[in-house]
Amino acid sequence: MSGQQPLVLRLLRGFARFWWDFLVGDTPELFVAALVIIGAVSLISQHWHANILAVILLPVLVIAALSISVKRARDEARRG
Amino acid sequence: MFATTLSSGVVVLVGAVFLACAVEMVEALTIVFAVGHTRGWRSAVEGVVTALAALTALVAVFGPALVHVPLTWLRLVVGGVLLIFGMQWLRKAILRSSGLKAKHDEDAIYQETVAQLQQSSGAVGRDRIAFVMAFKGVFLEGLEVVITVLTLGTSAHRLGLAAATAAVALVLVAIAGAVVARQLSSVPENAMKMSVGILLVTYGSFWVGEGLKVRWPGSDTFLLAFVGIYAVVCWILVTLIKPKSTSRLVKADA
Repeated sequence: MSGQQPLVLRLLRGFARFWWDFLVGDTPELFVAALVIIGAVSLISQHWHANILAVILLPVLVIAALSISVKRARDEARRG
Repeated sequence: MFATTLSSGVVVLVGAVFLACAVEMVEALTIVFAVGHTRGWRSAVEGVVTALAALTALVAVFGPALVHVPLTWLRLVVGGVLLIFGMQWLRKAILRSSGLKAKHDEDAIYQETVAQLQQSSGAVGRDRIAFVMAFKGVFLEGLEVVITVLTLGTSAHRLGLAAATAAVALVLVAIAGAVVARQLSSVPENAMKMSVGILLVTYGSFWVGEGLKVRWPGSDTFLLAFVGIYAVVCWILVTLIKPKSTSRLVKADA
């Protein structure tokens, strides 16, 4: 089936699949978290002009995202 | 003040690029050794050289192009990518350190690759299977190195330094690999991955902030604060999730 597709289409599919695996893969929660972090910090920094809050919130959100993802993996490992 | 600021950024940049390249190189070298020992070195070396040429071409094409992207946008996009990539690395390293995930076993990968190669018949002259295996191993692992070097180097306006650091890591790991031959399993890979993850998340956080016009206290020096914060968080997470019994391991992956 894939052999019948034009080369350009196959290359594009391969390129898209590479970035999907690279950025989303088996941890979609981290991809979503990064978007939420960028959105929240953008709102606070550029619209509310609350620099100190942005300085604190950015690493706090990163730590929260990482903790949730690790907890999710631990729960999956426990369920076997 | 300028010297302190400059050195903080440079140290974190060089550390991140060097460790990331070394880790990926160890993984690529394991595959190349397995191919070379099993099917002969000629086709393996040809595969490596072709992969390196393809990666060099990628850097030559995309490197100069990235320099023309407005710095604010570049740092936001690169910061976002590094943040995701770094959190993925950290997550795996934390799970491995806590015993919830099997550690990356270079010996097992070596044996697996050898078994896979031995199933296929030998070839006279150019060995296509050996060439493809060596090429894929070096190209795919090298692609992650290229992304790391391009993103970190261009955002910090130090692409030359990042590329030179990657080259040094490549040469050092190749020399070490040649000396220790197949003993790549003795490399403390998980500790290195944890360090790389911390540095990638550090740069990711910093550049996402820079891209969104956040003014970091102490400018580039705040990178060191990020490194400290994330290192402590990783240690806490490993301690918190470490099970009393590590018998239930999830399947190891790359």
